[in-house]
Amino acid sequence: MYAFLWRHLPGPVYAKVLIALVAAALIVVLLFGWIFPWIEPLMPFSGNTVSQ
Amino acid sequence: MWAERARTAIRSVGEILITLGVVLFLFCAYQLFYTNVIADEAMRSEVSDLHKLWAAQPPTPRSAGSTTPVGLGPFDTADSRGTSGAAFAILHIPRLGDKSIPVLQGTSLDLLGRGVGHYKDSALPGRVGNFAVAGHRKTHGEPFRYLDEMRAGDLIVVETADTWYTYREDRDPFIVDPTDLAVVAPVPDHPGETPSQKLITLTTCNPWWASTQRMIVNGTLIAQQPRSAGEPPALTVNTPKFQ
Repeated sequence: MYAFLWRHLPGPVYAKVLIALVAAALIVVLLFGWIFPWIEPLMPFSGNTVSQ
Repeated sequence: MWAERARTAIRSVGEILITLGVVLFLFCAYQLFYTNVIADEAMRSEVSDLHKLWAAQPPTPRSAGSTTPVGLGPFDTADSRGTSGAAFAILHIPRLGDKSIPVLQGTSLDLLGRGVGHYKDSALPGRVGNFAVAGHRKTHGEPFRYLDEMRAGDLIVVETADTWYTYREDRDPFIVDPTDLAVVAPVPDHPGETPSQKLITLTTCNPWWASTQRMIVNGTLIAQQPRSAGEPPALTVNTPKFQ
């Protein structure tokens, strides 16, 4: 999978490295900013209130 | 040739599994560290906004001889329903450190990331009834992380626009089922009865991580003084601390 992605990144090696790092950073931002906050309430460990 | 293909397939499966492992690790980092960073910042800003608001609008002077506190603004209503999500008080628990914890109206999860939440139907601080508040035990600032270290006799201070309320914990923290609504009733354990005492109830999850139970702390109002009189003794006297 990663070998396939690496082959399809454009440019010389340093450009590939740069693109890969930026893509990884974007994915982390996406995870922390949107995906994890969305998953979190579905997890069973955040109940603090008494309710029915 | 097929052997080459099989190797590629197996390698891809391995890479996907490693990727999932990294994502799970990141989720742990998010829960353990990132939510606390965000929530601590949000709580600090809620507290400083409240202080600014209270400084800008001095509470209405109370009528002579009246014992009921006034001046809670939009929350000064009989049934305690106010604007959802707005902070209206600050909780101080000397046993748990010097943290100022904002109290917001409502107990939905998104609010608990900015402070602790006031059960909307419960009484307001200092009123007859049960001032009930929920907070995170773990993650999102974890204001009630060490609630289990509180002991009967510990003091809980609630700061509002015009008054300091000091409650004393009645008994050591205890555990109930998540569905035990009676703990936040005006008369705890006796839903429907008319209250005569001024109580406070803190709820949080138990045990850490698995919120299969709720941990409860109860207290009774023992003192109150106007904000102008300065911090109550509970905050200035060197009380026993955990941590």
